[in-house]
Order: sequence, then C-alpha cells, then structure tokens
Amino acid sequence: MYKLLLCWRYLRTRWIALASVISVTLGVATMIVVNAVMAGFANEMQTRIHGILSDLVFESHSLSGFQDPVWHMEEIERAAGDQIAGMTPTVAVPAMLSFQVRNQWVTRQVMFIGIDPATHAQVSDFGQYLQHPANRQQLSFDLREGGYDTIDSQSPTETPTRPALEHAGWPHRRMRVERERLWKERMEAQADQAGPTRPVDQQVEAVLAATPADEPANNNSETAPTEPATPALPPQNPFQAARPEPQGRTMDPAREQFTGIVPGIGLASFRNREGIDQFLTLPGDDVKITFPTAGTPPKAVSDTFTIVDFYESKMSEYDSNFVFVPINALQRMRGMIDPQTGIPSVNSIQIRLKPGANLNEVRDKLRQVFPADLYAIATWRDKQGPLLSAVDMEMAVLNILLFLIIAVAGFGILAIFFMIVVEKTRDIGILKALGATAAGIAGIFLGYGLFLGLVGAGAGLALGLGITWNINQIRQAVEWCTGARVFDPSIYYFFQIPTIVNPATVGWIIVGAVLIAIGSSVLPAVRAARLHAVEALRHE
Amino acid sequence: MNEPLLRTDTAAMLETRQVLKRYKSGSTTLEVLRGVDFRLPQGGFTAVVGQSGSGKSTLLHLMGLLDAPDGGEVLLEGRRIDNLSAVERDRLRNTAIGMVFQAYHLLPELTAVENVLTPLLIRHSIWNWFTRRRQARLEAEELLDRFGLAGRLHHRPRQLSGGEMQRVAIARALITQPRVLLADEPTGNLDEESGAGIIEALDELNRDRGLSIVLVTHDAGIARQARSIVRLTAGRVETVAPAA
Ligand SMILES: Nc1ncnc2c1ncn2[C@@H]1O[C@H](COP(=O)(O)OP(=O)(O)OP(=O)(O)O)[C@@H](O)[C@H]1O
Ligand SMILES: [Mg+2]
Repeated sequence: MYKLLLCWRYLRTRWIALASVISVTLGVATMIVVNAVMAGFANEMQTRIHGILSDLVFESHSLSGFQDPVWHMEEIERAAGDQIAGMTPTVAVPAMLSFQVRNQWVTRQVMFIGIDPATHAQVSDFGQYLQHPANRQQLSFDLREGGYDTIDSQSPTETPTRPALEHAGWPHRRMRVERERLWKERMEAQADQAGPTRPVDQQVEAVLAATPADEPANNNSETAPTEPATPALPPQNPFQAARPEPQGRTMDPAREQFTGIVPGIGLASFRNREGIDQFLTLPGDDVKITFPTAGTPPKAVSDTFTIVDFYESKMSEYDSNFVFVPINALQRMRGMIDPQTGIPSVNSIQIRLKPGANLNEVRDKLRQVFPADLYAIATWRDKQGPLLSAVDMEMAVLNILLFLIIAVAGFGILAIFFMIVVEKTRDIGILKALGATAAGIAGIFLGYGLFLGLVGAGAGLALGLGITWNINQIRQAVEWCTGARVFDPSIYYFFQIPTIVNPATVGWIIVGAVLIAIGSSVLPAVRAARLHAVEALRHE
Repeated sequence: MNEPLLRTDTAAMLETRQVLKRYKSGSTTLEVLRGVDFRLPQGGFTAVVGQSGSGKSTLLHLMGLLDAPDGGEVLLEGRRIDNLSAVERDRLRNTAIGMVFQAYHLLPELTAVENVLTPLLIRHSIWNWFTRRRQARLEAEELLDRFGLAGRLHHRPRQLSGGEMQRVAIARALITQPRVLLADEPTGNLDEESGAGIIEALDELNRDRGLSIVLVTHDAGIARQARSIVRLTAGRVETVAPAA
C-alpha cells in the first residue's frame, strides 16, 4: 500500500519526472500521426493503383501480342469462371505524343493503350477518373458538346479549379478551327501582297480578342510573339510527310473529329501556385501520336487523334503517362488484325474478380492452364510489388527511427530515476528499517515508471489522435500562418491529407512506450532494492 | 510466529552471543565489536553507553536486523533471528522491533499521521489496508495525541520541531505494537527539556506497558534513568551496572 502512496507523493513533488513524460508523449504522438498518414497515403496509393490495374493481368511477352482474345477469354472463363466478374482485352504500346501549344510542339513519351470502351469500365475504376459526367457513366470516344467538369469531381473543393474546361469540347474545336482559318488567310494575304492587308488583320485581331482565355496565365507572354512584327513561321507539321492524307475527300475539322483519345491529365496540364489547373491543350484539340506497328521488324507510324476527355487517377505516374484509344482503331493502325481471317491480336486481357475471390489462387489456376513461356499472368499486387514493398519498408524504417525517440525518453526516465534513488536514499533506508522488503522498494520505482509510461502514452494517444483527426485543419492553419504550402496538391493530386488510424498499430505503440518506461525504471529499482539499510540511513 | 526453540521463562527478550562486527576499508580491518554478550530481559530497560565510535549504533543495528553480524548470534525471545531469510527479517522489523533514531528519520513527503501509519502501510496489501484503514488511523491519532501532538496531525516533518519529530518517530515505532524498542540516542539532537520529555515517555511505556527498551546514549544522566546500564569499550561489554 505504501508503494501507491509514495508513488503518488513522489510524483507530486518531482515535476522533473514529467519532463520524461513529455518526451514519451511526443514520441507516441508522432508515431501515431506518422503511421496514420503513412497508412493513409499507402491506402490511397493502393486504391489508386488497384483502380487503374484490374485484379489480374494476363499478357503476352511480346509487343505484337497474341491472337484471338475471344478464344483466350473463353479459356480463362473455363479455367476460373466462377470467380471472374469481368474481362476486357487491351493493347498497350509505347508511343510518342505530340501536340501544338501556340507555335511550339510539345512531345511526350507515353503508354498508348487500346481499350474496349464497352467493357473496360467493368474491370477497373477507369470510368470514375474521367472529366465528363456522361463519360463517367459510359465512355464514348466521340467528342462531347461541352459540359466537362470545371470542379474536380473527385475532390470536395467548392471553387472551380479548371475554368479552362468550361469551353472544352466542340465549342473549343470550332473556335480553334476558325482561328486557324483566319490566321492562314492572313498569312496568305501577307504572302500575296508582300504587305499586311488591314481588313483581314483587324478581323484576326477581333477574333483573337474575343477568344475566351483558355490559358489565362499565358496570355500576356503569348500575345507579344504572335504580333506580326516579325513574320511568324507558318505552323510546321513534322508529321506531314509521314501521314498519308485521307484520300477521296478532305475532312471538315469544325464538324468532324479524328479517332478519339483520352490522355492522362498530367500530359496536358499543370497546376499553378493558386491550385488552378492550367491546360496546354483541351478536349477538342488534335494531337499526333507515333507508335510502333506489330510487324517484324516494328516500324514507327503516326496518326492524328482528337482529345475527347482527360483521365485523372491522381497517380501522377499514370496521369502523365497513359493515353487511351479505342482498341479496334489501334489494332487496325498497328496491323494487328489478320488480313485473311479478320481475327485481331491483343497484348493483354484485364480480369476483374468477384468480391472476396482469392487473387493468388485464380492466378495460379490460370498459370496451370497457360504456358509460362508465352503468357505472363500477374495480380495487381505482383505488378506493383516493388512499389508496395518499398512503402512497407519505408514505414518500417520510419517506425524504428521514431521508436528511438521513445527509447531516448526511456533513457531520460532512467537518468531521472537514478537521481531520485540517490536523493531518496535515506528514505529508502527508513522504509527498510520499518520492514519494507526489497521487492516492495523495487515496486515503488517500477510502479512509478509504469505510471509515467501510462500517463505519457495516454497523453500521446490523445495528442496523436487529435492531430490525426484534425490534420487538414492544422495544415490550413500552418499554411495560413506561414504563407507557405505545406501540402502541395499539385504533387499529390489529393486535396486532403489522407489518414487511417490502425488500432493494432496504436496498441503496439502504446504497449511499446509503456514497456520502455517500465524497462528503464528496472535498473534504478534494482539499485534501490539492493541498498544497504544502514548505509542508506547514514546517507545525507 | 513459529514456536521458539529455546523458550523458557528465563529466555531474554533480546540477546546477543559473542557478536562480531568488523569493517574493512582497504587493507585495514576495523574490529568494532569483538564478541559482545548482551542480554535484555523481558520488560527490561537497558541503557547502552560508551564513547563515540565504540560501536553502540552498530550493536543496535545488529539487534534491529538492519545489518548482519560477522560472527555470533542474535536471539529474540530465545530464537535465533540473525540467520533468517531476508523476507522474514523484514517481517520481524515490521512487527516485533520498533526503532527510533537520533536523526528522527521521518519521510519528508508524508504528514505526521501518515508517517506514523507507514509501518502498517508496509505491512498490509492495498485491499487489507482499505478494510482497516479507519481503525489504524484512529490508533495513530490516539498515539500522537498521547505524545501531545493532537494539533499537528497533518503537518509535514519540516514544519515540526526536533522534539515533535522525535515524538512522531516514537509513535511510528509503537504503532506496530512491537515487543522491543531500540532507541539510538533519541535525545541527541534535542535540548535538555525536550530530551527529558522523551525519556519520560519511554520510561512510562516501560513501566505501564512492560515494553522492553534498549536505549543508546552517551549522556550519563539519561542512562541513569534506565533499569540497567551497559558499557561498550574496546568492542566488548565491559561494565554492567544494574540499576539500583
Ligand atoms: N560502514 C562502515 N565502514 C567502516 N567503518 C564503519 C562503518 N560504520 C561504522 N564504522 C565505524 O565503526 C565504529 C563504530 O561506529 P558506531 O556508529 O557504531 O559508533 P557509535 O558508538 O554509535 O558512535 P556515536 O556515539 O558517535 O554514534 C566507528 O569507528 C565507525 O567509524
Ligand atoms: Mg551512534
């Protein structure tokens, strides 16, 4: 009983011990917050990756792919049909995307993916990541007559962050065609008369002035070079020679489109410092894509395509890399359709499993049916294995480092307790003279350590959960105070810091902290218990 | 309590037989006690006198089980106690032997009444304590009241005078209802008057309650108040002067 009373009295008079409590508290709080944020990020990343990849990917080793996806799908269905919810064939090839921004050609390296618009949304979350509400229902590779979201449909912000998308679609296309036509006329007029003709010039200026700014930030810088002070070069098309003009008739770009594509939003835009997305090109614009044919050896071919929507998974790796196109168009252009039989080839088949199905089990079943030297069959986890394990590794290392903070707090407790033992030597002698056992004396210090650990961990738990649950408000407050962006959505593509509090992790953190507190009081406790009663009583 | 092996009517309350104690410091060995035969009869009141450094405190610590002799035996009511296990010795200190020191040795964090209750707190587990807390508190207050400290129950040692602290210490030694009280110069730090008060209280306990007392002192006047006097010289009991 005396242990309790003395613990309590010592605590009331030894505020210094609370210093070590604070370090335990901070350590525990930091660990909880970091784990929650890391788990949140990891989870967000996993759902993103999983949303992009289907559950299982069935693919050929070569770029030219395998023939007859229908037969393959039937075989897959026969092997593991009871656990499969949907399948879709895809063709993926590395490609080069080029588009014109003012007079400059921008070229990007991309993954060009042919998908089946009817079934692709069934195997992944692809549909959710599009910018037109109707496309989210059912993707169409036909350009829409406006109506693209100006507010990111995946984030809860209230203010439009993509004003440029308001005019995207056919209105933008018609405007652009009109502008190009006027520009061309002026160029021709200049060439014909070796001097500017006023009426045409004025007309061009009028149209240019009336054009809604689709790139507000670029307006000032862009107007100067387009002034005809120095005769600008006519826009050069580097693919002119490579692409055979459609024969028979010339198409009217104001009313017709090329094959539709859906590029990742990161290919066409960047986020400025105010959080507004600046677009280099918009749905309705035409782009050039160069890609290899399926022949041996593969040759590069290129074609013109029309952007019909943007894809935004918020995984910048994908958003700045993927370009989607209708699979049959890609097969045709790459020569993947057998001219005799009309049977197409594909690179891969994406498979979505029924909820609760065992990924690895289905994968192994399919691996038994299809020879490994021809087909690679992998789950989405397999494909992202290095990334996912890197994240796990990162978390483990971080946890070890943070746990060292608590260990440091433990050494603080150790030092303070040794001080208390020395300071209280005489009292320990008194207790021994009154009949306290060695175990009882040790118990005082162990109990004291337990108490400090519990208080520290409890306060840390409260603080950690408090920070975790209000982390976005705290971020805003910090940003408001310092004026600096703490969490830049243009890097992470989510507007809120995601957090997941895992009760088991929190439990381990607290148990660990309490154990460290008790552990570091063991040595002082043993020392106190071993004190010689007479010598302790003599101690001044 | 186990039945004492040698219990007879003549068994002393506390006895030492040929007790040795030496302190080693480096190469020199200091033989403080060289075979002390000391006997405190039941209900006795013996004063131990001797020069400073003669080993009075050492002897008292050995009898109070705070230290172990290098030779010889210590017996309580005829039963050897110096070779008991640590836990048993702790228990005897807590139940059979009361000790009072020159420097009072109160716990500064606790109030007077809590200090008095400390031996009982040590004895009882939390659960036991809560069942007899009230009773114990009453006893402690009564004891303090008897020593004239009724108004100082909740003062910390720091707020008490030396004489008051020593009376609290005696009350603490008595709350366990010990069979023997060992007092090491209880008046050493006190003025004559308060010292006399303490000795008077001890004398009263001895006469009225039959409490056996060993009183260490180097004040001849105080020693004379005891029933018998023992002198420690050169590590042995030299003179035994039975009280008149
Ligand atoms: N731990 C120790 N190590 C070495 N010598 C010790 C130790 N404890 C006591 N002594 C020595 O033993 C001798 C006896 O000491 P003790 O305290 O018993 O004397 P005392 O008779 O009580 O003296 P006083 O009247 O001053 O209290 C002293 O010479 C002391 O220096
Ligand atoms: Mg002494």
